[in-house]
Amino acid sequence: MVTTEAEARAAQPILQLRAIEKVFDQFAAVDRITLDIQEGEFFTIVGPSGSGKTTMVRMLVGMDKPTRGDILLRGQRINDVPANKRPTCMVFQSLALFPHRTVGQNIEFPLKIRGVDPAARKKRALELLAQLRLPDHYYGKAVTQCSGGERQRVALARALAFDPEILFFDEPLSALDYKLRKVLEKELKDIHRQTGKTFVYITHSLEEAMVMSDRIGVMNRGRFVQVGTPNEIYGSPTTRFVSEFMGEVNILDVTVGPDGTATDDVTGARYLVPPSAGAGPCSLVIRPESLRFVDGPSQAHNVVTGTVYNEYLLGSRVQYQIRVGEKQVLLLENLRDQRYEGDLDSPVTVGWDTGDSMIFPKGPLQ
Amino acid sequence: MAQATGIVTITAATTARAAPEPSGWRAWLRQAGVLTALPMALLMLAGFVAPLLLVVAFAFMPPQSFSILQPPTLANFQEIFANSFYRSFLASLYLAAATTLICMVVCYPVAYAMVRVFGRVAGVLALLITAPLFVADNLRLVGWMLFLVKGGVLSGALQAWFGIATDSMLYTVSATLFGLVYTYLPFMLFPMIMGIAMVPLEMREAAFDLGATRWQVLKEVDIPLAMPGILIGALMTFILAAGALSEPRILGGSSVVMIAQDIQNEFTFAQNWPKGSALSVLMILVAGVLAVTLLRRIDLDGIFGRR
Repeated sequence: MVTTEAEARAAQPILQLRAIEKVFDQFAAVDRITLDIQEGEFFTIVGPSGSGKTTMVRMLVGMDKPTRGDILLRGQRINDVPANKRPTCMVFQSLALFPHRTVGQNIEFPLKIRGVDPAARKKRALELLAQLRLPDHYYGKAVTQCSGGERQRVALARALAFDPEILFFDEPLSALDYKLRKVLEKELKDIHRQTGKTFVYITHSLEEAMVMSDRIGVMNRGRFVQVGTPNEIYGSPTTRFVSEFMGEVNILDVTVGPDGTATDDVTGARYLVPPSAGAGPCSLVIRPESLRFVDGPSQAHNVVTGTVYNEYLLGSRVQYQIRVGEKQVLLLENLRDQRYEGDLDSPVTVGWDTGDSMIFPKGPLQ
Repeated sequence: MAQATGIVTITAATTARAAPEPSGWRAWLRQAGVLTALPMALLMLAGFVAPLLLVVAFAFMPPQSFSILQPPTLANFQEIFANSFYRSFLASLYLAAATTLICMVVCYPVAYAMVRVFGRVAGVLALLITAPLFVADNLRLVGWMLFLVKGGVLSGALQAWFGIATDSMLYTVSATLFGLVYTYLPFMLFPMIMGIAMVPLEMREAAFDLGATRWQVLKEVDIPLAMPGILIGALMTFILAAGALSEPRILGGSSVVMIAQDIQNEFTFAQNWPKGSALSVLMILVAGVLAVTLLRRIDLDGIFGRR
């Protein structure tokens, strides 16, 4: 009997959103979202600013109420449960550390609220400091004297001290420099493994989402455009919006004819494209790393000729800006050891295989 | 020769720039900050420091004298403590403390609502609260006198509508306290508004999210973070109320004598400047110690956004 109960518990998603909607002045910031988040999952919501991701998380944490729809935590409707009664907590974008308290007092805050005695509080705070690789003497340090990365860890420690069932993050790393962000992304993933808790993370960077997540939901205009594993999102994006969100991509406006080939709207060139949903105006998306220099048409399914206009060194990789005719610019990316040897402005042929390109019909929900 | 001097001067200037050494009071005086502060400094010196020094000097002169060129004595202070002058002191401090406390309790909800609840209406409210300040407080207190006096607006209305006969509410300690609270409320309210506005909304949300109840948010986040504003408000209210003159006289009818009234009496009727000065010095000491202690706890840089 006990085992079946435990099994049922494990099978049930920890958090279920049932057509939740948040309307501000007739504008649906979150538009009928249905989603299940599994126990122990690292789920990341990615979207540009204004896509509704912060609004959504505020509802999930209990700081806002959905206009319509239900939020279920382990099957229990929690729409009307205020934030301080929910077993979840959030790491804010600003971190919201209490400036009038020391590092230790900040971490102990949720325990103090619960009436845990000072000795036990301190013990737990020191454990968390160690877990987040902060030295013990930081316990008495003023929060205002900590660096950006240290504050980040303090905020995470405070949230972990609360011991939430689900831990939410609202772009906590966005204010940090690139290098530190990379370090903390990995630390966060480690913490996720160590604690086994459910993490729901918000970011505007798909790159950040890729590094950490088990599953990613890409949001735009209050809805999920695609939900899937990082691999699925990167490998088979379902819309132009998702493919573009990953980073720099080449997007060609094409018209797919009845024979299944595409005509470039700008240059008039003909391309072989993957089987698309139908004929008509489409966006052809080619990743820079899928484009390569070729010697002739036999080396790739599709080739275009242009001139090398610029070279950008990116460390381990190198990018080239290829000008095709007057109006078209393509971006090509190679590894550093496959550097282009010719002169700038000299004619080159570049090509790609059909399987490396993606085609999306143009529609309202791009 | 001239050239040589020129070179020497230039070298000196370069070294001074490279390592800012103290190069005498001339260089110090030439700093932009010093120059711009000079007019205000001179005004303060002539209008504030000099009279203050005069008062301090008079406090140590023999009683009933009108010159500061006599051998100093502690006679005035001895007399203050020997006779019952300290009573007006205690009355002042007590009433000022009570005023501060009452203003704090009354103002906090109002200030909180003005920052977080009222939105655009808050501006109109602020104007309504400040508007009476454009009328001299003596006049406003006379208005209250007409309201509270026996057969005045309040007791007349109570008598006519409810048949309740009331005695005069004027000329009591309570009336004085009421007047003090009424007059100095804005001095508590506005710094408090500033203090509460400084509490980031996310800080409250974070505390709430971490399980704190409303009271715990108030105790752990709201009040500590608004403390600079609350302390400045308390300081202003306390010091102003402790030096109040019109309220005890007009509404209190001298049922309680506060220190300002004693000081005024000494300077006018009694023609005893040294004693008046000694009382003033004691008052300044109390206020000064209080101000320094409290202001040291306040992070002014944080308030002015310099951090």
